[in-house]
Amino acid sequence: MIETNDLFAGYRGEDILRGVSLAFRPGEVLALLGPNGCGKSTLLKAVLGLIERTGGEVRYDGVPMARLSRKEIAQRAAFLTQSRTTPVITALRMVLHGRFPYLSYPRRYGKADYAIARSALARVGAAQYEDRNVGELSGGQRQGVYLAMALAQQTQTIFMDEPTTFLDIEHQLSMMETARELAREGRAVVLVLHDIPLALRMADRIAVMQDGHLAACGTPQEIENSGVIDAVFHVALHAADTPHGRQYYCMPQEEDS
Amino acid sequence: MRSSQISSTDSSKVLLLLPACVLLSAVLSLCVGAVAVAPGDIVSALFFGRNDTVAAKIILYTRLPRTLAALLSGSALAVAGAVIQTVLCNPLAAPNIIGVNASAGLAVTLACALAPMSAVATPVIAFAGALAGVLLVLALSEMTGASRMTTVLSGVAVSNLFSAAIDAVVTLVPDALSGYSDFRIGGFASVTMTRLAPAAALILVSLALVMTLAQQMDILALGTQTAQSLGLAVRPVRLALLVLAAALCGAAISFAGLLGFVGLIVPHMMRRLVGEESQRLMPACAMGGAALVTLCDTLGRVLFAPYELSVGIVLSFAGVPFFLWLLLKKRGGHAGD
Repeated sequence: MIETNDLFAGYRGEDILRGVSLAFRPGEVLALLGPNGCGKSTLLKAVLGLIERTGGEVRYDGVPMARLSRKEIAQRAAFLTQSRTTPVITALRMVLHGRFPYLSYPRRYGKADYAIARSALARVGAAQYEDRNVGELSGGQRQGVYLAMALAQQTQTIFMDEPTTFLDIEHQLSMMETARELAREGRAVVLVLHDIPLALRMADRIAVMQDGHLAACGTPQEIENSGVIDAVFHVALHAADTPHGRQYYCMPQEEDS
Repeated sequence: MRSSQISSTDSSKVLLLLPACVLLSAVLSLCVGAVAVAPGDIVSALFFGRNDTVAAKIILYTRLPRTLAALLSGSALAVAGAVIQTVLCNPLAAPNIIGVNASAGLAVTLACALAPMSAVATPVIAFAGALAGVLLVLALSEMTGASRMTTVLSGVAVSNLFSAAIDAVVTLVPDALSGYSDFRIGGFASVTMTRLAPAAALILVSLALVMTLAQQMDILALGTQTAQSLGLAVRPVRLALLVLAAALCGAAISFAGLLGFVGLIVPHMMRRLVGEESQRLMPACAMGGAALVTLCDTLGRVLFAPYELSVGIVLSFAGVPFFLWLLLKKRGGHAGD
């Protein structure tokens, strides 16, 4: 399990995160919510060691991150980044790069790596694209290939930074369903989301961030009852029980009063 | 051919065709000139030790150094361009555009103004100059968190500054650089085997080392954060690649002068022909650059014979329109690119 304790981090000497303590538990989907600039993406980067910590600590299965090499971190946690390049390579080749943390000299992918990469592509429903160039794929298909690359890393924890942004509703739901499946397999899945109703409906636990702090963390029900969404996002959160489970929607606060 | 349509088979065909292009360009370079030499004479001179004929003397003492210089400088500059574009994640970056060529040129010019240099020292000094230039652009890029365009623009500014400094040194110390115009444009008229040998060694070693880092370059091309999250130690790999790119540029410039465009156009051409996988792209750039520069040098010798155009001029006339045609073709294929 990966956990942070009183974590401080930021850019160019300015702390964006200010004392975040959070555990990413195996077997659950944790959604990170918060207004723009509150430090959600910064938290993921700090946990993965992509930016310098200025205080606190990050532990991987009890081991301080500082004791782990970059490859050892990559064997424990995968990261689906927010901004993604589109190289002119095939989908299979792209997914094979997920095996890079396990390569040793002369750094050639073997049969086992190909099998894992193909299995990851099949997992996201992209097996038929393996020989197509990534640039030829639609946004949703490309997102699937990137996710397959993260899956090919075969890590205990997967961090996804805004994985549903720019996706149509079908691909959004497919992405969330994959996240749920991964959690059922015992992995920790951490998603940065802007869609509050989607997060409340699909996640096991919600962490709400505000100004670099953790404003609240709990089950969707606890978050709904706490009123933290209303306070942090300046909206009015509503819920209704439907045959498809409890559904959420947000309205402007002034219209609510 | 649109890059997005490159199949593995197409790419393999190109990689099989390129060695033939290199061989053909080398044979043409050896055969064609003020005195035509038959291919049979080339074989006799190169492989059977016949050096007693006029043709053999022309080949061994004039054409061979020139052909090797063209092959090596083309390979070196094209691969250096591809490496710099990958490391800076910037398709507009090239050794001549971001100031690497000019900083290597300035180092050579300054060294020549201060003291006459040996053949061994020239590539080393050019390498040091190129390294300083490439590290300066990297530092500017990292310090300012610069966008792709800012990186290129800062490189253009640095390039102009260094070019002005070269002009200033040559103005103040006119004897600093013999054949100054050849050096600025780029050419092989004064290349000898003695001058070429140390630079050739540096180029061959650097090319081999770049090939060993192909896998890392592919990871780097995915973007810094993705590369780091896949376990790549981005900073050391980036630095190693830039040092190798500087070695390639510096070594090439030490005997070929400030050859432009090769480092920009060849990587783009080859990406369209073989895709972006470094294991294919780097050998393709090495061979494509070698063939292009050698052919342009040969054209420069025969087009207006007995006058000779420097290879840099021919490269600009032949290479740039071709590059523009490729860009326009791409735009036609990808509306809204």
